[in-house]
Amino acid sequence: MKPQNIFWLIVVLTAFSIFVDLPAKFWIFSQEINRPQINIQAGNFHFSRDLEIKQGIDLAGGTHLVFQADTQNIAPADRESAVEAAKNNIERRVNLFGVAEPVIQTSQIGENYRLIVELPGVKNVNEAVDLIGQTAQLDFRELPAGATTAADLADFKATGLTGKDLSLSQVQFDTNTGAPSVGLKFSAEGAKKFAEITARNVSRPVAIFLDQFPVTIPQVREPITDGSAVITGEFTLEEAKKLAIQLNAGALPVPIKIIEQKNIGATLGAESIQKSVQAGLIGLLMVVGFMTVYYGRLGVLASLGLVIYGLITMALYKLFPVTLTLSGIAGFILSVGMAVDANILIFERMKEEIRSGKPYGQAMELGFGRAWDSIRDANVCTLITCFILFNPFNWSFLNASGMVRGFALTLGLGVGLSLFTGIVVTRALLRLFSQGGVAK
Amino acid sequence: MNWMKLKWLYFLISALVLVPGTISLLRFGLKPSIDFTGGTLLELRFAGDKSIKTEEIQSALKSVGIEAASVQSSGEKTFLIRSRTITKEEARVLETALGKNLEQMPEEIRFETVGPILGQELLSKTLIAIILASVVILGYVASRFKGSKYGICAVLAMFHDSLVLLGLFSLLGHFLGVEVDTLFVTAMLTILSFSVHDTVVVYDRIRESQRLFPQTDFETLVNKAVTETLSRSLNNSLTIIFMLISLFLLGGPTIKWFVAALLIGTVSGTYSSTFTAVPLLIIWEQIKKGRR
Repeated sequence: MKPQNIFWLIVVLTAFSIFVDLPAKFWIFSQEINRPQINIQAGNFHFSRDLEIKQGIDLAGGTHLVFQADTQNIAPADRESAVEAAKNNIERRVNLFGVAEPVIQTSQIGENYRLIVELPGVKNVNEAVDLIGQTAQLDFRELPAGATTAADLADFKATGLTGKDLSLSQVQFDTNTGAPSVGLKFSAEGAKKFAEITARNVSRPVAIFLDQFPVTIPQVREPITDGSAVITGEFTLEEAKKLAIQLNAGALPVPIKIIEQKNIGATLGAESIQKSVQAGLIGLLMVVGFMTVYYGRLGVLASLGLVIYGLITMALYKLFPVTLTLSGIAGFILSVGMAVDANILIFERMKEEIRSGKPYGQAMELGFGRAWDSIRDANVCTLITCFILFNPFNWSFLNASGMVRGFALTLGLGVGLSLFTGIVVTRALLRLFSQGGVAK
Repeated sequence: MNWMKLKWLYFLISALVLVPGTISLLRFGLKPSIDFTGGTLLELRFAGDKSIKTEEIQSALKSVGIEAASVQSSGEKTFLIRSRTITKEEARVLETALGKNLEQMPEEIRFETVGPILGQELLSKTLIAIILASVVILGYVASRFKGSKYGICAVLAMFHDSLVLLGLFSLLGHFLGVEVDTLFVTAMLTILSFSVHDTVVVYDRIRESQRLFPQTDFETLVNKAVTETLSRSLNNSLTIIFMLISLFLLGGPTIKWFVAALLIGTVSGTYSSTFTAVPLLIIWEQIKKGRR
């Protein structure tokens, strides 16, 4: 690519980054300006971002909970579906609680199943923990004998058949049509109860309630005596799966026990942000000052590259989006210090070439060319470490804590991006602004 | 400049840090945080005008039956309480008791509780991560330098930095109560990679000069390479150190010791690549010559 084209590319990239980095609302000469959000729809491709920085709970305040699932009483084969059902159950309850953007994950470590719950901004944790910690209550309900078709949900009465009597729920496929349906298997006791219920409710609905909310209300076609029922309907595969999971929450109840809890008050988070932003700016000023004093004009251009680096990084955080944590900010700030390394390597090489009598332009190109090996080596090790710390494949033998990952992600992104700004951007700026100049 | 004339001085400087650190590491060990041991960390802030002593909080802790807890002031009217694993209810009881005793209700700004199983798991995961990172970095160094000389010396310098960091944190833990947590491990891994990359840059230069001037004797080449890379090495570290010092002083208490660990590692990593890894090479050569 021609140097001019690279320069314009950088200008466009920087302008776009500034646009993304703008706060959602700001004022110029007391005129309010709203930054639009990104919303792109092209065929199946959909990309929309509100362009706000996502803050982890250590910054925004909130609660981080880890539950251990007790799967002792569940057959090994059913454990995964049981934990899936428990997760689903927690999701449902958290949504009831009205938490914005909760994160609920399962993780398996050896024989242990864990449920990790992150609730940003939740202050009254005790209620949340109590609510999440309860196992799901599933029960089957019928309409009283005299009920008409006008009966509503409140008219359904308990039958005494509960989740305890259900041993498993599974997605099945009709052997003829291949349509997905949901199969239910009852225990011996449950089969007896279910036979009685279905016998007296032929052609009438039997409702299944989960935590007092109806999950499904199928019609009984005929008495079912063998303890295995099938719920058919116009299910998509997704719907059938969802229903099976919900029913399993009652069939395979998993008691969960809290093993880790972290609450961060919102004040602490706000203070942390303010302090680290302040620290970052002062550090940046020191680096810019140092580079300018030591390398003169070259340093000014490297600093300009550094500012562009900062702008693009911030834009990437918003576009990905990266959930920023306190350790993530530290990773970013550290990467700013490391970002100038490529420039320092190059400038030192340039100085050497100039000392050995090469003209400026040639020294510059040689400096960039020869420093590349060192720059690559300098960054490969850091990227390897970031990879291990970030643990992108969720290997269970490695750490998956949010703090460590936040740090690894921002540091890794920063190092990768600094290669671009340190080499491409600074070189383009140098070629453009330094023609015929003489380095110190 | 004949840098390598003073190589024993460089080792002496390293020893001044390494020996006390190692002794402390063997005698006192590291102070593990609740991340590793399990337990509860509670941070409370009081809003009123009355000043509060840690003893007053200690006695409130005793009165609600939370024994053997440590209380530390972590800012203006802010206290950090570390104890065995307590439940949220117990914490609430404590806060109420404090509110009554001190006539001002504390604001809970942080409550963290970690079960003991998680702590043990973290320990094994940490060890695996460190071993994995070391093996991969070793492999990288080996592939960059086909000869064993460079690889082994680079790894020795890496151990030097790890030991400096562990030793100093053992001392910090013993005298200032600084704890070792998940973030410390993160810092340590970051430092491992930093240490190696800084060394690789110097070694690269030595090998390049060796190719260019095959007749010159090894020590002269090494001195030349050190002269050529020293300002780069120092300048690069300085920019990182600027950022870290600023973060250490202004970044707030939560990441203070994490940043300190990175800072110690950066300084040690910079020192060791020029003043440990390179003299080791010279000694390696001398031993080889002596045998001949």
